Amino acid sequence: MKIKISFWKVIFLFLMAAGFYATIVRYTRGLGASTNLSDQFPWGIWIGFDVLCGVMLAAGGFTLTAAVHILNIKRMHSIVRPTVLTAFLGYLLVCVALMYDLGKPYNIWHPLIMRNPHSVMFEVAYCVMLYTTVLALEFSPIVLERFNLQKPLKVIRGAVIPLVICGVILSTLHQSSLGSLYLIIPEKLHPFWYSPLLPVFFFLSAIAVGLAMTIFESSLSAKHFGRQLELPILQELGRVLVVVLCVYGVLRFEDLLHRGVLKLALQPGYEMFFFWLEISLGVILPLILLLQRRVRNSAGGLYLSAVLVVLGFITNRMNVSITGFERSAGTHYFPKWTELSVTGMIIALGFALFGLAVKYLPIFPEEEKQQPIEASTGPLAAASVWGHAGD
Amino acid sequence: MSKALLYDATICIGCKQCEVGCAEQNKLRYDDSVAAEERQSEHKFTCVLTKGDKFMRRLCMNCQEPACASVCPVGALTKTAAGPVTYDAGKCMGCRYCMVACPFSVPKYEWNKLAPKVRKCTLCPDRIANGKPTACAEICPTGATKFGDRDDLINEAQLRIRDNPGKYVPHIYGLTEAGGTSVLLLSSVPFAEFGYKTPEVAFPMLTYRVLSRIPDFVPLCGVLLGGVWWITNRREEVAAAEGHLRRPETEEKKGGKQ
Repeated sequence: MKIKISFWKVIFLFLMAAGFYATIVRYTRGLGASTNLSDQFPWGIWIGFDVLCGVMLAAGGFTLTAAVHILNIKRMHSIVRPTVLTAFLGYLLVCVALMYDLGKPYNIWHPLIMRNPHSVMFEVAYCVMLYTTVLALEFSPIVLERFNLQKPLKVIRGAVIPLVICGVILSTLHQSSLGSLYLIIPEKLHPFWYSPLLPVFFFLSAIAVGLAMTIFESSLSAKHFGRQLELPILQELGRVLVVVLCVYGVLRFEDLLHRGVLKLALQPGYEMFFFWLEISLGVILPLILLLQRRVRNSAGGLYLSAVLVVLGFITNRMNVSITGFERSAGTHYFPKWTELSVTGMIIALGFALFGLAVKYLPIFPEEEKQQPIEASTGPLAAASVWGHAGD
Repeated sequence: MSKALLYDATICIGCKQCEVGCAEQNKLRYDDSVAAEERQSEHKFTCVLTKGDKFMRRLCMNCQEPACASVCPVGALTKTAAGPVTYDAGKCMGCRYCMVACPFSVPKYEWNKLAPKVRKCTLCPDRIANGKPTACAEICPTGATKFGDRDDLINEAQLRIRDNPGKYVPHIYGLTEAGGTSVLLLSSVPFAEFGYKTPEVAFPMLTYRVLSRIPDFVPLCGVLLGGVWWITNRREEVAAAEGHLRRPETEEKKGGKQ
């Protein structure tokens, strides 16, 4: 265990050092020196991975809060906090990534006073700002509990339902709008990925990834923080995931069929490879796994399926933003080491902040019991509540 | 009245004076090496393409319904009534969505600057405001690039095609492409040979028809979610109340399971 921890620490320090150096290059010598972006290829992995995937991976936040607070599935309560934490961190890191990618990051606040409601990017900007705020508020009880600030805690708890509703609306808009961004380039994006249904696909896949990320981080937390695995809850999430993936898969192929693109999927080529990579990883393999009761009910099977879904849809976002763009751009794009370093640093920061939050904040214990167990803010009391809730 | 350019490739002699005039107007470096570059870049807003004895200009089309202006989140790019699609570097935050969205891939970026700007031809808005033609039209020695009211230029282009049968591809490029453009082209060879695509749609509608539904979606979704919560919550209250009436001793157990 000790060796393992120091191994990850070494990786972390390495990523931070490389990222730090890349940061200096980015801000002293500009985008040209620090990226492989060009006039033919204006968006790279900072948009494709850090922003598109970052937002997608944060989707567990709105999926789970909606399930627990709106649909009232109370038994999932114990895993809401880690998903809200992931979502909050995800959005903060998206903001960090934007500071790298924007040519003039110090103008990032401009959409506040300069409005163009015809722009999807304008919608995206507002969704990022507002949803990050909502996530901060949804996350705040955890911090307030830690410092036992009862008064603000009461206020926030009174506003939970409106907050969650705002969060779900903003997430729905934001997840889909990242797909809408590409609606304006029907002639530039490869027909595998350009579809009038892009916003729908982005939204549906965000739900799938939200569920998968919840399974993923619950499994990881169980392993690394010695938490009891909430297997029954994860099994239920697995079943919902099956349904979402099926709906996504059917809609995706219906769309390809009606646009007459399905035959392209059988013609070997660069795009075809990435299309099938994405579909196999994200949809076909996880469905094959999860449709078997034995796999669906096992912790390992769920974990593997969740990882596949996450990887599959990361591939999807990279395809939409990079692979599908290469033919019309007439050039291939591969990120420069500085781009990779910044992305690596941001991922490392995400993991580290998650670990720190789990260590110092009551992420895992049950929040807001109906019964007056309000004193359950200390770690010991929390542990007992945890044990109680786990049965 | 919306101003425009009519470029007639059959009159063009490939002297590249338009490039010179453009560089002067926009204070860009221009020498033999720049003259040899046959593509638009952050230091060259217009270029003359050469294919044998045929020529073709490339420059920002200053679309009637520009995708770039529609996607710019801060409104740095604007279509003016006079025709030009102008750029305000002070507003721009550098998201580069305009570069992604432009159907002609016109906007270029100053990748190597710390405060980079988007660069493109803006149809000399200052000159037009003072009643002067664009720099490229003024300098053109043969009249291949002609400046005027868009409607007049369309009429003239139609006349040229009608009066010279067989001379032109019978099509005014920019009349309807991408919803119509403020740069109109005439040529004796197909436009595709010089890399001109045929975008038949006005692009801004593609995103706006989704965006315009948001103001309706927000209250609808809010009411729906609130309603679902109200029902699920009520169901639980009823269950709790009934449980309480019948067997109060089970309440404890139930609470623990939640």
